Amino acid sequence: MNKAPFLTAAVVSVFAFASGAEAREQIRIVGSSTVYPFTTAVAEQFGKSTGGKTPVVESTGTGGGFKIFCEGVGVDKADGSNASRRIKKSEFELCDKNGVKDIIELTVGYDGLTIAQSKDGPQIALTRKQVFQALAEKVPNDKGELVDNPYKNWSDIDPSLPNVKIEVLGPPPTSGTRDSFHELFMEKGAEGFDSLKAMKADKATEKEFEKIWKSIRKDGAYVEAGENDNVIVQKLEGNKNAFGIFGYSFLEENADKLKGVSIEGAEPTFENISGGKYKGARPLFVYFKKAHIGVIPGLDKFIAEYTSEKALGADGYLTEKGLVALPKEAFEKSAKAANDGVTLKADDLK
Amino acid sequence: MTDLTAGGVNAPAIRRVEFDTEEAKARLRRRYRSEFRFKVYGFAALAVTTTFLLLLLSSIVSKGIPGFFQNVIVTDVLVDAGKIDPEGNGDAATLRAGDYTAIARAALAEAIPGIEGRQLKKELNGLLSSGAGDALREQVLADPSLVGQRVKTQLLLADEADVFLKDSSTTIRTIADTRGIATPTGTTGDVTIFVGANDFADDIAEVKAELKAKAAAIMEAIERRKARGAGPESLKDLEREAADLRIRYEAAATSETLDSKTPSRLVAINGGIVKVKEMTPTLVKGEVIIPLKSTADAAPGTWQIRVYEKPESNRNLNDRGLTFLEALKAKGLVENRFNWAFFTTGDSREAELAGIQGALVGSILTLLVTIGLCLPIGVLAAIYLEEFAPKNRMTELIEININNLAAVPSIVFGLLGLAVFLNFFNLPRSAPLVGGLVLALLVLPTIIIASRAALKSVPPSIREAALGVGASHQQAVFHHVLPLAMPGIMTGTIIGMAHALGETAPLLMIGMIAFIVDVPTSLTQAATVLPVQIFLWSDLPEPAFKMKTAAAIMVLLAVLFVMNGLAIWLRKKFERRW
Repeated sequence: MNKAPFLTAAVVSVFAFASGAEAREQIRIVGSSTVYPFTTAVAEQFGKSTGGKTPVVESTGTGGGFKIFCEGVGVDKADGSNASRRIKKSEFELCDKNGVKDIIELTVGYDGLTIAQSKDGPQIALTRKQVFQALAEKVPNDKGELVDNPYKNWSDIDPSLPNVKIEVLGPPPTSGTRDSFHELFMEKGAEGFDSLKAMKADKATEKEFEKIWKSIRKDGAYVEAGENDNVIVQKLEGNKNAFGIFGYSFLEENADKLKGVSIEGAEPTFENISGGKYKGARPLFVYFKKAHIGVIPGLDKFIAEYTSEKALGADGYLTEKGLVALPKEAFEKSAKAANDGVTLKADDLK
Repeated sequence: MTDLTAGGVNAPAIRRVEFDTEEAKARLRRRYRSEFRFKVYGFAALAVTTTFLLLLLSSIVSKGIPGFFQNVIVTDVLVDAGKIDPEGNGDAATLRAGDYTAIARAALAEAIPGIEGRQLKKELNGLLSSGAGDALREQVLADPSLVGQRVKTQLLLADEADVFLKDSSTTIRTIADTRGIATPTGTTGDVTIFVGANDFADDIAEVKAELKAKAAAIMEAIERRKARGAGPESLKDLEREAADLRIRYEAAATSETLDSKTPSRLVAINGGIVKVKEMTPTLVKGEVIIPLKSTADAAPGTWQIRVYEKPESNRNLNDRGLTFLEALKAKGLVENRFNWAFFTTGDSREAELAGIQGALVGSILTLLVTIGLCLPIGVLAAIYLEEFAPKNRMTELIEININNLAAVPSIVFGLLGLAVFLNFFNLPRSAPLVGGLVLALLVLPTIIIASRAALKSVPPSIREAALGVGASHQQAVFHHVLPLAMPGIMTGTIIGMAHALGETAPLLMIGMIAFIVDVPTSLTQAATVLPVQIFLWSDLPEPAFKMKTAAAIMVLLAVLFVMNGLAIWLRKKFERRW
């Protein structure tokens, strides 16, 4: 028992030793698990080409990432944050409050949110309105009244669709992909109904409208399949009548087994997403702290590597990883702004 | 069985149990049946558990075994001084920075000579991993005299090619008994091959049959949807597709184009390979993938038709890549080797380069911190509580709290770690030190409970004998009780460590769920651990990472088996029975 004071001393000294924060030699990035596969590829290339330490990329989710990113400025704080959506005004204000004033925004490309099915599945083409009808908890009936979703089979929605049970595997509510799915498919789909569109326009019923497109039916037609998109891919292989919702990179890597469902006549292909024809695409971002450039060694070079033609360009290595590159002009503009250190203003955000 | 002797007048009536009545026999049978049923249930439960366990293990092992192997091209390469050390100064830094990828590509170009055109070259080089030259770099660094020489080395294949070779779902059919004399019009680019006999008639019939079946399926779908009342407008696309197919299969058997949705057909002629794009019974038009040696006539039987049964769109490797790979295989250059690098490299975004050393070292460092804290604190706390502490309200409260702590969800310890170690003590994120501290908190209750149980199981006679010959309380505990309780304590500790080894949730909050390439060398450097590595790999889209995931799971399971085996062995070896 006379060891106890000694142990306490040992533990305390370990703390004291470690907390003496010295200059950091590694770039640290946090944030979205959707952007993770791309930022890690850049980090690895950066590490190889400079011979220095490879940046550490954490997978915390977009929201969790901003929380860490906005903690403040300093060597013990993160340098960048991946995001599968734009930074929110509230997050920007949090950053501002904690002294993170100058934020550089880099748009890296698009992720097409795809609805995919097995190659052996029935031929199908959907509109966003049909997706809304298939998956919303409440849908307008013929008279425009909101009723509990009555559709069991796809052919109940429209006779031209195949006569198979509606079964869609998708991400859980905690996922950023799910948020994007609501915004890109469900909201736009709901706007396809005049009665709902009128609700949106009216200030009084605006909130009600939001509730409609944010509620997904809970009677088993939509199956929450967890955060891991590979699980959905595996399930689609086994069930040819089911559909899955995930990012384009998973469709591309599994092109031997799966096919994308065309939305409003546009199939989810690289060209259609990049050219804006495919409606289910969302931009991906990486945010950097301007104050860390010059303090954390190599941060400016890392941004340069990320924005280089060989990474982000149309033939860059990120496109091989499933990223849909920006059109040439947008890419050049985004790259230039990031390299020049153009910072984000509060007015840019809604 | 009651063999009562009557004891007086008022003695209760003797109750006799009959064994040989029908009723009694039925009762006996019922009891036997009941016992038999119970045994069956027990056995069934065991069988179900074993089946699931075997299913799980066999699925992991069958997926994981290929992950330990890696296809490489084994060939002689010329270590071109111009690409590595143009000035010939021979120092290590220059040799390290050399362009070994270029050397690997040159070796590949030597193996399949004559490939022209940017697209074809890109496809050929695409077979190689971006780390293809790494093995050669190590060889040259170990022996700088190799510069300028021809060296036997291995070049890593990229993950698509590697996965393709491991997965045998694409069959290649070769039609060797060709009947006509074939004459190609060129050796590269787009060529036409004229054949003196109807060699392609069968192929055309086959393609048309496939198209017909496809069109019939679409027509059937249209009819079904029409019957349900679908408007003609919504079926336009399907109808157009069916009509297109019909035009193709109804056209006279003069010409047929092939696309990526039908099995690919290639012609191997004069040492080269032509991919068929269009064919009639007596001639094919196509694109040269591997250049022909000449435009000479090829006698019947000396040229072949090859069919890749799986259509191009259903494969991750396209016809060109597949053809190059088959050519390399035919030359005997491709070998499936045990992937030692899996154990000696850190994480990577390229599946063929990714290894688990970083995660293994991270796990070891984290567990060192955990055991360094847990074992002394846990055992001392247990000894104090069991042997010295007064039995009062206070110690009772502590005891209850320890038992409760053992049942707290592990993520809570992560939150605690974030609040205390990162935010208050300002320890670095992602460090094994913090991971170890958090896991120590997690397993401490387990160790205290196991240690107390072990101490309790030492018979009081040992203690009393020690006290009886004049030992102090402390001497009795440390000299006699503790050594006897040690096997139990060690077993508890090892099981606690195994628990800590498999945890991911608490590490999420302290930043250990991260992409970390560099293998950590100290407690404060960024690191990740084995189960986190598995979690991260399982989330990546590349199919090759699925194998890596299963392989990493096998490593984790092996470590756990060893740890648990050690616990059992220690218990068996040092266990005393009284």
